[in-house]
Amino acid sequence: MKKIIPAVKAKDYATKQSIRLSEKAVERKEKANGFLLEIGNISSFIGKTCREIFSTQFEFKEFLRQCFEIGNKSLTLVAITGAIMGIVLTIQSRPVLVDFGAVSMLPGMVTISMIREIGPVITALICAGKIGSGMGAELGSMKVTEQIDAMEVSATNPMRFLVVTRVLAATLMIPLLVIFADTLGFFGSWLGVNIKGSVSFALFFAQAFSHIEFIDFIPAVVKSFFFGAVIGLVGCYKGYNAGRGTESVGLAANSAVVLASLLVIVVDMIAVQITDMLL
Amino acid sequence: MINDSQLETPFASGTAKADNRKVIEIKSLQKSFGKQTVLSDVSLELFKEENLVVLGKSGSGKSVLIKCIVGLLFPDTGEINVLGKSVLSLNPNELNELRKKIGFLFQGSALYDSMTVKQNLEFPLKRIFKKLSQQETDDKVNEALENVGLIEALHKMPSQLSGGMRKRIGLARTIIVDPQIMLYDEPTTGLDPITSNEISQLINDVQKKYHTSSIIITHDLPCARITANRVLMLKDGEVYANGTLKELENSSDEWIKSFFK
Repeated sequence: MKKIIPAVKAKDYATKQSIRLSEKAVERKEKANGFLLEIGNISSFIGKTCREIFSTQFEFKEFLRQCFEIGNKSLTLVAITGAIMGIVLTIQSRPVLVDFGAVSMLPGMVTISMIREIGPVITALICAGKIGSGMGAELGSMKVTEQIDAMEVSATNPMRFLVVTRVLAATLMIPLLVIFADTLGFFGSWLGVNIKGSVSFALFFAQAFSHIEFIDFIPAVVKSFFFGAVIGLVGCYKGYNAGRGTESVGLAANSAVVLASLLVIVVDMIAVQITDMLL
Repeated sequence: MINDSQLETPFASGTAKADNRKVIEIKSLQKSFGKQTVLSDVSLELFKEENLVVLGKSGSGKSVLIKCIVGLLFPDTGEINVLGKSVLSLNPNELNELRKKIGFLFQGSALYDSMTVKQNLEFPLKRIFKKLSQQETDDKVNEALENVGLIEALHKMPSQLSGGMRKRIGLARTIIVDPQIMLYDEPTTGLDPITSNEISQLINDVQKKYHTSSIIITHDLPCARITANRVLMLKDGEVYANGTLKELENSSDEWIKSFFK
């Protein structure tokens, strides 16, 4: 027998459902507003940074210090990663090329992969982790301990001193680190070739560079500048806009790494598309 | 609520002479964060070479008040005049010029972690007095450190300093630029009674030596007793009482009495 629901109960049920749905709608609207607000804040932050880059008072000493912090202190990490990538890529590619009888192509193939894609992307991802999180945590802790406020009341523009110097240093240093990683990857590849064979460095060098033209370097270096800018901007934005508690420092560092890594991949995809259209 | 007419103070005479001595004047200040109203109606005056202590429970909006004065926060409504200038109508450059005349000691001292004590002190100095030679800068740094009794900390990092030492260095970094107004945000919070006493004495010494006018935010009564020329009490975002410490201590109001127990 079909159960009959009294009209009053049905009305209550409908009201509750309607309230639940409207609460969900409000929640979704707030989420959408939060997302749009974040986009607006990021755009405003980038705008302010660009404006301060072209201001007459440039904090050159702090910029040099940041170049040292970002560049010099990442050398070991980038060197090890680059060399290992060279070795691994060579060892992994060798069996396939052996099957096709094209082992002589190995140096050229690995070098092109390293220069065009693996070197810039892996270096940028490593730096997004090291530099992005460092910036997020440092600026976040400065925010929490009121050091940014102290700078502001000392009549110093914290955007100019903290953000511009870090973003420019990252933009300049990441391409240099990429070139360094590529070089180490090249040597790593030579080592990889020599694990299962015997090739002199001169022959390896000749084989590698017979497949590369100068134009191969340009898109890789250009996109590395963008990777650097993205890592610097995201790290600074997340740190500079950290909340007030100590928990927000960890959150700033973490979200800086996640967003910077994601944006590096997105920028890479755009750069590859543009390069493909132009070259 | 207790007002000026009930608690007469030596500074709040309301005469033309008193007007000339005003360095800060705040009228009907309101500040909310989202739905939470922190300051609902605050008006105050700070006179030249006066130490005004602002007392109130935690969360009563004391720190927000002085952050509004220096332009770190902007109020929803109200008026803030500092050294004859309306803070809310200044452009960023004018605000920076005004900030050069105001010293702000933060609750946690806010020393720059990546710099030594010397670099911390040089930081505002080199940006405010751009034409100083290195010798003059060094002399000023040494003088400021001697004034707070910490010359031996010159090359130390902030992480090597105790809480009291950090407060002193924070104070040295503030007074090194010869400010006309000092804003202290809970200068003795988290310190032991002896160090707290020393910092309070130091606030008085700074006032005598540099002829500063100060607003001292605190809920530490011993600090208020040492430093206050006048006391303002905040309750629920409003000025609840204004007078000398003695007047307030002898008040018959239950809430004020509970504060001084």
